[in-house]
Formats: sequence, structure tokens, C-alpha cells
Amino acid sequence: MVRVKYRLQGKRMMETADTAEENPELLYDVPISGTVYGAALNYRAVYDALAPEMHKHPYREPPKAPVLFIKPVNTHVAHRGFIPMPKERRSVTIGASLGIVIGRTATRVDAEGALDYVEGYTIVNDVSIPHESVYRPAYKEKARDGFCPIGPFVVEQSEVADPNNLDIRVYINDVLRQENNTSNLVRTVEQLIMDVTEFMTLYEGDVLLAGSPEMMPQAGNGDVVKIDISGIGRLTNEVKDENEVSGGEGL
Amino acid sequence: MKRARVVYQGRVHDAAPAGSGLTLGDGRNVTEQEVEWLPPVMPETVFTLGLNYADHASELSFKDVPEEPLVFLKGPNTFVGHRGATPRPDNVGFMHYECELAVVIGRSAKNVKAGDAYSYVAGYTVANDYAVRDYLENYYRPNLRVKNRDASTPIGPWLVDRDDVEDPMDLRLTTKINGETVQDGSTADMIFSIPVLIEYLSGFMTLNKGDIILTGTPKGSVDVKTGDEVITEVEHIGALVNTII
Repeated sequence: MVRVKYRLQGKRMMETADTAEENPELLYDVPISGTVYGAALNYRAVYDALAPEMHKHPYREPPKAPVLFIKPVNTHVAHRGFIPMPKERRSVTIGASLGIVIGRTATRVDAEGALDYVEGYTIVNDVSIPHESVYRPAYKEKARDGFCPIGPFVVEQSEVADPNNLDIRVYINDVLRQENNTSNLVRTVEQLIMDVTEFMTLYEGDVLLAGSPEMMPQAGNGDVVKIDISGIGRLTNEVKDENEVSGGEGL
Repeated sequence: MKRARVVYQGRVHDAAPAGSGLTLGDGRNVTEQEVEWLPPVMPETVFTLGLNYADHASELSFKDVPEEPLVFLKGPNTFVGHRGATPRPDNVGFMHYECELAVVIGRSAKNVKAGDAYSYVAGYTVANDYAVRDYLENYYRPNLRVKNRDASTPIGPWLVDRDDVEDPMDLRLTTKINGETVQDGSTADMIFSIPVLIEYLSGFMTLNKGDIILTGTPKGSVDVKTGDEVITEVEHIGALVNTII
């Protein structure tokens, strides 16, 4: 049992809960209210797969700063909300990520004290239309309505012994499709906070995605996607024809 | 109508121009120097266009006109109001301004056709989309370290109502550094026009009231130094003053 924060119909709630248990009676809201920033290429195998290209056109050299993008508010959808499947596509890429929820204004934070700025952790599904290149910002692939499920709740930072050692598992229709651990991050949670806040302030309620591991699974129409992060909970969303849903309706 | 958001005597006010000064929402008249200027719209999702003027694209050594808009997003940390200050990082070689017409969305827009696009626009303001080119990397270029630094996107002074602007696609843009004109262009030279951009963006995502589209900048990128006063002006919309610190 750990302390969690969540939202029901816009109201902020806090309780002690077992993150492995589902309360089917609760209709969770997106548990955060700030800007969601994602980090790409932040798992070693993802980085290594691109490494041979990094000295060639168009990349020319390996990245120095974190490779960041934004998941804007139209993409945010709650636990049990729908992921709209674009009509011209057959599948979407599931980007399971630990969401680092910022607790107070963080500017030029050292890695050593970085976790003092973390309110807690949540689960984020950085959904995208499959694409290879990271040369140009991929908002057409990443910023579609409902392409960023978040939740179900925020587990308080003090309840998580080591954010850099959490198992991540993705199940599609209850079949295990991906398994990894945050110990494989290129930049640890603390380093990522340091390197991001070196040039931009993070505010209370903002979320930093630690990244999505290699072998990201594909999900199609009707598939139920569950992302399980040990101690943080399980985020469930169904992929559904975009004509039947405009993002955010409940399962 | 023109509207601003300002802080006066410890409180946030809406304000309108009155002669050389301002009238606050409660009717008091104040001078421009007595208030702190906030961004005229509370920014939520903010889009920025790269390479949206043919002349600027060639200046940056991109030979081909892009096939679709190059769009990137900004976070709320980067905005600063009229008469604000923008830091120039230590030990960088090239930081430049970008004078841009900013389009403010007035209501939710999804799958909008270009022909209807202006009915989703609330109004316009001016943005200065500073870039620190030393930090440019070829990953999600232009990357956030170049374009989303704290207080590096001045915006304002006014939100000007859509219907007060006869043709937003025919406005002169100018930038002055310490009084000297260094950038002079026209929104007529945009590659992707405002209606086309709204059709493009709303074709894959919902635009919401208060979202802002910074429409890109024409040629004329010159380095700015600490202490410079940079004024980015869009004809009929406003003159946005910023100081480099």
C-alpha cells in the first residue's frame, strides 16, 4: 500500500492504495495539469540502434542535450480512455514511459538534489504513428488527439525506492509484448532533470517522460493496451477507430 | 479592439490603449512605464513554424521549399511580456531574434478547411522567437535548447481582434536593434498561409481556444548582444520591446 494522488471529475484526491489493484468504480481523470515533455533516445538499446547513423546525414554527430518533444494537452487522456486510431492507419506505436511528475519549480537543478523536485511518478503512453527519423519534430506523428494516456495516479516520490530500477511491461490483449527496466536509461531520472532544467524551467505539475524502451509494440483497432510499471500501477487504454471516439471518452 | 494583460500595484489587470498610456479594466488610466506587461494570452499549446518564409529558408541554406509545414512546440517557460528581458547565455556566438505574426485561436478547431479558418481566429499579436544557434542539433531540429529557453520568446504587447486586421497576409514585419532596422519583410511572403496552417494542424489535432501559432520569420538574422534593445514590430498589430541581458 502506497500513498497516491489522483483526480476524479476534476477534484484532487489522495489516499493509500494498492497500485496493483484496480478500482473499477472510479473514473480517473488525467492526474497532472502541466506541460508534458518527452525524452527520445533515452534507452541504451534505442540510442545504440541509431548510433551508426549519428555521424551521417542528417544527424552528423551524436546528440549532446536531451532530445525533447512536447505532448500537448489535446493528446492527454485518462486511464481507461480511448486511443483514437487514425483512419488511414492500421497500427500505432506504443511508447511506454515512466512519467516524472514535478512537485515544485525547478531551474538549474543538480542531479544530487533532483529528486527533491519530484512530486512522484505516473505512467505515460507516448503513442505515435510509426516513424523512423528523429531529424525533424514529429508532431504530426505524436500530437494527435488522445495520443498520450496518463495515469491512473501519481505515486508519491517517497514511496519509490529507486526510480532507476523499475520494471516496465506492456501487455496487449493480456499478452506480454514488451519488458524492460528503467535501469537501462541513458540519462537517469536525476540526470535528465538536471540536463533539462539547465536551460528550461519545469513547474509543479509538469511531467518529464524518461523515455520509451526498444522494441516498442504496435497496437491496432480494438486492442487493449496495459502498461505496468512496478510499484507505480497499471495504465489501461483501448485503441478505437477515430470516427467512433474523439479522445478521452471512458471505456 | 486591442487588449493587454498587465500587472499594476500587485494585481493582474486587463488593459486597453488610451492615448500614449493604458486604461485598466477598472477604469484607471496609467502610463506604459507604470505597469509590468504579461503575455496578452495565457499560452497553452503554442506552435511555431520553421522555414515558413522562402527568403529565410534560403538564408539558412535550405535549398528546397518544404513540402509540409515544419512545426515545433513551445512550453510556458519560454514566454515573457512586452518590455521584458531575455538572457543571452554566456559564451555563445550567435543568438538572433525572429519577428513573427502570432495567431491566437478563438474556439476549438478540428478538421477545419482553409476557407473557414479565419472564423476560428480570435486575433493577433507579435512574437519574437529568439534562437541560440550554438545549441542547434539535428535531432527534432530545431531542438528545445535552441528554441524553448526560459524567457526567450517575448510576446505582446496587444491581442488585436481578428476583425480589426483587414489582411493578416499583407503586413509589414520589422525588427530594430538599438534603433537600426535589421529585418524587414512582409507576411505576404509566408510559404504556408494562416488558413493553410490552421487546416494542416487541425487536420490531425484539436486546436483549442487560446492556442497560438507563431507563423515564422522572414530573412535578416543578426546576432544580438547583452544590453541591446530589440523591437519586433508587425504593422497594425504592435511593437514588442525586449532587452537582452
